Amino acid sequence: MKQFFIFVRKEFLHVFRDNKTLLMLFGLPIAQIVLFGFALTNEIKDSKIVICDYAQDNASRQLIDKIAVSRNFIVKEQMIDQQQIKSVFQQGDVKLVVVFPNNFEQDLLHSNQAQLQVIADASDPNTASTLTSYISSITSDFQQNFNAGNQMQPIISPEIRMLYNPELKGATNFVPGVMALVLLLVCVLMTSVSIVREKEKGTMEILLVSPMNPLTVIIAKAIPYFFLSLINLTVILLMSVFLLDMPMNGSLLLLYLVSSILILCALSLGLLISNVTESQQAAMLISLMAMLLPTVLFSGFMFPLENMPVALQVVANAVPSKWYYIIVKSIMIKGVGFLSIWKETLVLSGMTLFLLLVSFKKFKIRLQ
Amino acid sequence: MGDIKWACTERLNSDPMVDVSVQNISKTYDEGTVKALSGISFEVEKGELFGIVGPDGAGKTTLFRILVTLLLADAGEAMVNGSDVVKDYKEIRSKVGYMPGKFSLYQDLSVEENLKFFASIFGTTVEENYHLVKDIYVQLEPFKRRRAGALSGGMKQKLALCCALIHRPEVLFLDEPTTGVDTVSRKEFWEMLKRLKSEGITILVSTPYMDEATLCERIALVQEGQIMSIDTPDGIIARYPDQLFAIKSDNMSGLLRDLRAHPEVASAFSFGEYHHITFTDKQKIAEGASSFLATLSHHNLEMHTITPTVEDCFIQLMSHDGR
Repeated sequence: MKQFFIFVRKEFLHVFRDNKTLLMLFGLPIAQIVLFGFALTNEIKDSKIVICDYAQDNASRQLIDKIAVSRNFIVKEQMIDQQQIKSVFQQGDVKLVVVFPNNFEQDLLHSNQAQLQVIADASDPNTASTLTSYISSITSDFQQNFNAGNQMQPIISPEIRMLYNPELKGATNFVPGVMALVLLLVCVLMTSVSIVREKEKGTMEILLVSPMNPLTVIIAKAIPYFFLSLINLTVILLMSVFLLDMPMNGSLLLLYLVSSILILCALSLGLLISNVTESQQAAMLISLMAMLLPTVLFSGFMFPLENMPVALQVVANAVPSKWYYIIVKSIMIKGVGFLSIWKETLVLSGMTLFLLLVSFKKFKIRLQ
Repeated sequence: MGDIKWACTERLNSDPMVDVSVQNISKTYDEGTVKALSGISFEVEKGELFGIVGPDGAGKTTLFRILVTLLLADAGEAMVNGSDVVKDYKEIRSKVGYMPGKFSLYQDLSVEENLKFFASIFGTTVEENYHLVKDIYVQLEPFKRRRAGALSGGMKQKLALCCALIHRPEVLFLDEPTTGVDTVSRKEFWEMLKRLKSEGITILVSTPYMDEATLCERIALVQEGQIMSIDTPDGIIARYPDQLFAIKSDNMSGLLRDLRAHPEVASAFSFGEYHHITFTDKQKIAEGASSFLATLSHHNLEMHTITPTVEDCFIQLMSHDGR
């Protein structure tokens, strides 16, 4: 047992004496959160739009104000006719034109129906549909308030409610994804590289020719990365809750528990990779390929799985981060307990157990 | 055939003096295309300083790796300190010391940390066996807080030796411990090995340097995975079949060319200041060396008889093998 602790201590020394490893360990998650939080967000802010108000009445003014205060838009008011709309789009970076017809308020009050023309630049269809959905949600919100003031029958309009994320905040979507990505990347990469480094430097040769059980060596190597990953997780959580207003509605303990399973899963994958590679570069490359791509593609945090062909959806089931992503979203946003996520947790645990067994079985007690 | 081999092993097992025994060990790489060892057999006695001497690629590292249980041989058997290298690999791993050819300590740990680490993974402490490494470690002591990666080549090897010794192994395997080390450090290193021998530790050391061979008690000359000769260095030299001459002149490269083309010269090799040559007809030369010298048109010719070195023996065995 004493041997084991000395080994773990040695492993920690390796980590703390290597600036590259440290940077990787702690720079990566911070960089990812910042990147996804502020740069690579699919939330659209400060889009320039033109509002053309022919009505110039009370109702139109109120609605325009409401649009203008939204963070999503920068409003420019301009009187233009239908022919000029095209040129507005062509000239500049205007993404959307909203036209209020004459008698907007009159129509609303008397016939209970008013029309609003929303013209979007659909050369980027995603942006266009997101922006129009922002406008329609603002409009429907306005309708309700407008009706409340008058004793009129409510206008029946389709009501879209965004459950759990009414403001369509990007953070709720990507933070669980980044958590999965960082944990997998750090653990797989670090374990595989650190074991292969011992092979490359020849120290594995001496360790094998010692009374130490090879499995003890491996477990001792994994322990520092397990703890450092938990610290990493804490950093990510703190940053996302306090910096990106990510909700934390569920049990923190449960979240850490599930994350530990994912970390174990990643560590055993790293071990498996280290068994089949001989150089640090190869280990790094395989880890990146095996972790980054599937996690980005198949966990659902960048590309919705529902839109994928069935075959790819089946493939996605084999990616641990897909299950972890579902669990984290459920715990953090919906605030559910273990009973609602036990199936996903079971799948993740099963994968971990399988990988652990395979990598232990594959572990070489000799050089060849 | 099988019976004979069995009988051999049985005899070796019962002989308490034999510490390492190798029987017909063969090893190939890349699915049999590259032959590393072909049927090597030898024995090392307890407390012996045994040298495996041969050029790069002779199979020295492969042999050591098989003996320290890191590789499995394709054929043959080997015992180390009474344990089979395949079946009892765990026992062997706890009682041998192994120093690989490449410097294999933790470069980012200090000298002291490396030594402590290797002591503890063998379940011992530096204090317990300090007397074994004391002579070497005192030289390292001033640098004990320095990272191992920042040490000089000779210091690195000394530290590696300390780490391989700290658990007082029964058998010590040193794979080319002096490669890349300066002459002074090499000399010191060999003095340390002699002192360790007096502790009763069996030492197997491999080296590509022929001059180091004479420092071993017995040596095995290996070439292309085969043992050409096993004996004491003196025994190997005594077995040199010809009378050897050293010859020099003003134009050494021209002389070598002429000697090799000469019908009376059997072999000629460059050895630093002199060329070492043997003759096809010993009798004739003994009668009159001057007549031979006269056939060479060189200035300041000088020739005398010499005792062969291990290297001469090696070259002789190698060319004999080729024939």
